[in-house]
Amino acid sequence: MTQFILNNTEIKTTLSPGMTMLDFVRYNQHLTGTKIGCREGDCGACTMLIGTLTDGRMKYHAVTSCLMPIGNAHGKHVVTIEGINLKELTLVQESFAQFGATQCGFCTPGFIVSLTGYCLDEKSPSSEKAIDAVNGNICRCTGYKSIEKAAYTVSEKLASRQGVDAISFAVKNNIVPEYFLKIPEKIKLIQANPHIVSTNKKVGGGTDLYVQQHDTIANETIDFLLDQDYLKGITQVGNACEMGASTTVAEMSDDPILNLHFKNLQKYFKLVSSVPIRNMATVAGNFTNASPIGDLTIMFLALDAQLELSDDQQKRNIALRDFYKGYKQLDKNSNEIIEKIRFELPATSDFFNFEKVSKRTHLDIASVNSAILLQMNGDVIETAGLSAGGVGPIPKYLSRSSAFLKGKSVTEKIIMELIELVQEEISPISDARGTEQYKRLLLSQLIKAHFIGFFPLLKKDLLLSNGLIGQ
Amino acid sequence: MKNIDSFTHTRGESIYLDDIPTTIGTLYGVVFGSPIAHGKIKSLVLTDAEASEGVVRIFTHLDIPGINQIGGIIPDEPLMAEDEVHFNGMPIAFVVATSTEAATLACKKIKVEIEPLPVITDPRVARANNSLIVPPRTFKIGDSKNAFQDCKYIFEGLAETNGQEHLYIETQGAYALPAENNAIKVYSSTQGPTAVQRHMADVLGIPMHRIEVDVTRLGGGFGGKEDQATSWAVFCGLATFLLKKPVKYALHRMEDMRMTGKRNPYSSDFKIGLDENLKIIAYEAIFHQNAGASADLSPAVLERTLFHTTNTYYVPNVTATAYSCRTNLPPNTAFRGFGGPQGMFVIEAAIAKAAESLGVAADVIQERNLLQTGNELPFGQIVQSEASPCWEKATSLYDVENMKMEIAAFNNTNSVYKKGLSFMPICFGISFTKTPMNQARALVHIYTDGSVNISTGAVEMGQGVNTKMIQVASTIFSIPASLIKLNTTNTYRIANTSPSAASATADLNGRAVEVACNALKERLVEVAADTLKCDKGDIEIKNEGVFVKGELSSMNWKALIMAGYLKRISLSEHGHYATPGLHFDMTKEKGHPFAYHVFGTAITTVTVDCIRGIYDIDSVKLVHDFGSSMNPLIDKGQIEGGLVQGIGWMTMEEIVFDADGRLRSNALSTYKVPDIYSVPKNIDLHFLETDNDNLAIFKSKAVGEPPLMYGIGTFFALRNAIKAFNPNSDVAFAAPMTPEKVLLGLYHSKNG
Repeated sequence: MTQFILNNTEIKTTLSPGMTMLDFVRYNQHLTGTKIGCREGDCGACTMLIGTLTDGRMKYHAVTSCLMPIGNAHGKHVVTIEGINLKELTLVQESFAQFGATQCGFCTPGFIVSLTGYCLDEKSPSSEKAIDAVNGNICRCTGYKSIEKAAYTVSEKLASRQGVDAISFAVKNNIVPEYFLKIPEKIKLIQANPHIVSTNKKVGGGTDLYVQQHDTIANETIDFLLDQDYLKGITQVGNACEMGASTTVAEMSDDPILNLHFKNLQKYFKLVSSVPIRNMATVAGNFTNASPIGDLTIMFLALDAQLELSDDQQKRNIALRDFYKGYKQLDKNSNEIIEKIRFELPATSDFFNFEKVSKRTHLDIASVNSAILLQMNGDVIETAGLSAGGVGPIPKYLSRSSAFLKGKSVTEKIIMELIELVQEEISPISDARGTEQYKRLLLSQLIKAHFIGFFPLLKKDLLLSNGLIGQ
Repeated sequence: MKNIDSFTHTRGESIYLDDIPTTIGTLYGVVFGSPIAHGKIKSLVLTDAEASEGVVRIFTHLDIPGINQIGGIIPDEPLMAEDEVHFNGMPIAFVVATSTEAATLACKKIKVEIEPLPVITDPRVARANNSLIVPPRTFKIGDSKNAFQDCKYIFEGLAETNGQEHLYIETQGAYALPAENNAIKVYSSTQGPTAVQRHMADVLGIPMHRIEVDVTRLGGGFGGKEDQATSWAVFCGLATFLLKKPVKYALHRMEDMRMTGKRNPYSSDFKIGLDENLKIIAYEAIFHQNAGASADLSPAVLERTLFHTTNTYYVPNVTATAYSCRTNLPPNTAFRGFGGPQGMFVIEAAIAKAAESLGVAADVIQERNLLQTGNELPFGQIVQSEASPCWEKATSLYDVENMKMEIAAFNNTNSVYKKGLSFMPICFGISFTKTPMNQARALVHIYTDGSVNISTGAVEMGQGVNTKMIQVASTIFSIPASLIKLNTTNTYRIANTSPSAASATADLNGRAVEVACNALKERLVEVAADTLKCDKGDIEIKNEGVFVKGELSSMNWKALIMAGYLKRISLSEHGHYATPGLHFDMTKEKGHPFAYHVFGTAITTVTVDCIRGIYDIDSVKLVHDFGSSMNPLIDKGQIEGGLVQGIGWMTMEEIVFDADGRLRSNALSTYKVPDIYSVPKNIDLHFLETDNDNLAIFKSKAVGEPPLMYGIGTFFALRNAIKAFNPNSDVAFAAPMTPEKVLLGLYHSKNG
């Protein structure tokens, strides 16, 4: 039995918990305001809000409902465009109308839901955050400028929120209906489903499985891992960080420990999918998906992350660097799940960086991505971890290149030698994300970008001059 | 006036195809498409699929009661393959089941054996094989061959543009319901309800009067639902006709991308000749249009390429020849601009090549050759030009000299980032180039309570045409918009419609509404004069009241209407409009095909990250010729949206077919359109209001397609930025300029 609140209605359903929330809402509940654009989380037309009761308060985040199984909604508040509507237009809707931010209207409910979610977020508002809130929504008509203006206008209104909690403010200011205030009481009445460990299919956030297996997954028997307490949380023990496997990208992005140790964390995560996907996608999902281009995988390869696997009988540890055996092949049997991820937090004297280039900078899969960790002893590299995606069948830890850097001082010459070595270590192929020639050149450039970022005194002209290109 | 749909749009209450409540007993269809791009069908075994759970029936071409043909311009496109398949995804069968899932599952059980034939995806190869859709066409003015002898400078080259996926966010679809006496009602997400009606009548072998096509609105069209919406509706209609059950098919995105055609890719050769003053004396172009497997609208697209061969420039000697090449891709089709952008890209490439060879900025050549009123275009039309006013306003308003200096200073001091600037002036002809299509009708009813109901042939797809129709009636009747309702577009109310396309929908249908409203108003003035016992000439209907000699009478709008009813005056009118003065003689390739032209100038600046090969579009500054805009909010939205769509075409939108004709960019994960971060940081738009008479509705010039071509400027701005980093770079004139092309261009060396 899956139980949740849909808008202001209690839902108890015995439908297959693998069914997507999108299909449930449109074809079972006949609420058609939520639209279907792509069924792979890339357009945002199906955006809904998911409210979770945390410390007595509702916390809302946007999701693409095409990738969300209803099983992951148990005990939560699901909000569609219908659940936002008031008698007259809400503040967000009125802004869209006023600036002409809706043309054909098909993407519009998704944008309205995303921006309404932004209004329910306790974080202090800013124009930039308002735009980030709709970064998973694609509009083919407007060219976005009118949407920007509408978003800015909404965001300015939130500036007067000081001191008032976001939901009460939203209710008072015609952003959401009054029933939102009563949701916590209703949520409290829903019992958690017991956790069953089985040989069933495992689903975390579902953001990849529901793209790859959407025809079959809806009717499978599934263990839902996303909300298991024992798989959540980020803690620091000494210099080490321990992270539950079901930690979402959004939770990582908001985490104070990670933000303290990775000063450009926000910049990196902005390159990883979109807000609604980051709200669902888990770190272990990224690892087990085994995409040769997984962004988090590439970051954690450089960090030499260790995985704790469990089949509920036995636990074992394995380095992420040893986890990939071939294209989509893992050192993991089907009963095992990743439970924890452990890694050393970079020291202030260390350098860490993540680079990614894709056809479209945001909400796209990389042509090539790369991460690097340099642990320094003065001017000398003590240890190095360099990884790259999109350059072979597996997410690649560049072991020889990393070893090469050990004991070296950074000069233009060393970087060029490194790049030559990297070229020997990789085996990119031409595909929809770029030709082999491009991927080779691009990784060389991303390696230069790593070092130019760390060592501003490097001669950029020399590094970028034509003769030095490892083509 | 705000878009009248903004209330329901923002609340999720607007009804699109898949939102129409389904009737009990509705069945669901899925097309089984060819797994390969070209071959002979040896066998088709349906047994397993037919036995699959939930399957009601599987239709093939053998089930068609009428003719197996849906070709719009040329009858070369079967609804379902008979003996041969010509593109990957070409419909072979239509599976109807109790659910979409059951139909999809059954599709996987269909066994088809196809003997492969050679696959052609390159239009030049198709031309070499003499595989053409229609005979080549040539537009000619002056004598380019001889004129080249007088040119001081001559440059030749190659220019290519890739296709473009429409990516309307609402996929294609239709829902057909049986009606009595073998009639059918079909809801279709189409820009061309009459095309759906006509082809369904042909396929079912019944008269058009039995087919009611109804369109509330589309979740985007952009040309992709002009002809290509037809087949899905006909499939549903066929199944409904034969099963007497409602049948629906809303395509999955990947089915839509795989089975529908896109913007026609072009591969073109150019030769340009200039005199010592940089006047373009002669221009020759050969266009190879990749039409795909059948004609669809490609011959008309091809024609518009020729009409826009010289963009907004006056060239006295032009020879332009265009080949529509048959390949094994899905039939390519209309897409905002309709061949115009493909033609304009080529002359812009020619000018860029001339400029860099001569060491001058391209805008020097562009400006010197702008069309002037009275110039003759290669097809004989004498142009009424706003090209120079747009250009001059842009250069002064945006202080282009200063922009150029700032960019030069930036490029001198930065080694990692480089900026580039380009001008993109445009000229776009408004009207269907097929003259008979320039007609429209509107049906206006006034009910006895004074409320007004309007039907037209226009399809609302986000362009705001319904809002404009209401504005027309509201202005003529001088009543508030709240008294007027726009109906769905329906072939039982309005017959023989032209598709909503060619930027002309508001003009044609708005004029028809104007004709109808004026006729009604004339009758109402008579009613008022009769009732109030005064002279007709003294009556004025305004602000919901009747005025006599400028004084408000006791008669308000509602009373006037009731008076008209009691006097047994017709309160309904069917208005007809046909654009006057249009003609074109295809045997001479000369005439006056356009009601008017739309002009404008875009100045684009970009910044390239020379480490990573990625880029930002800093600004696009525009001056656009609106005539006299009747709805600046909607028109501005068209400019911004068209521009960004054009930028997408020129930058990140890359269609990839492999050598076997299989679409590799077949989902939103592999085909990227602009997101909110990738659009220009600033778009500045100045409305050039021009007084010259034009045939537009209320002199508010058409605005749908022209702005797309401003996006071409981004290609050239990026190219200029690359050359600022690496002057030796030989960046091909091949759009889109993906980050891959930029990076390879930045690090291109003549030796490498």
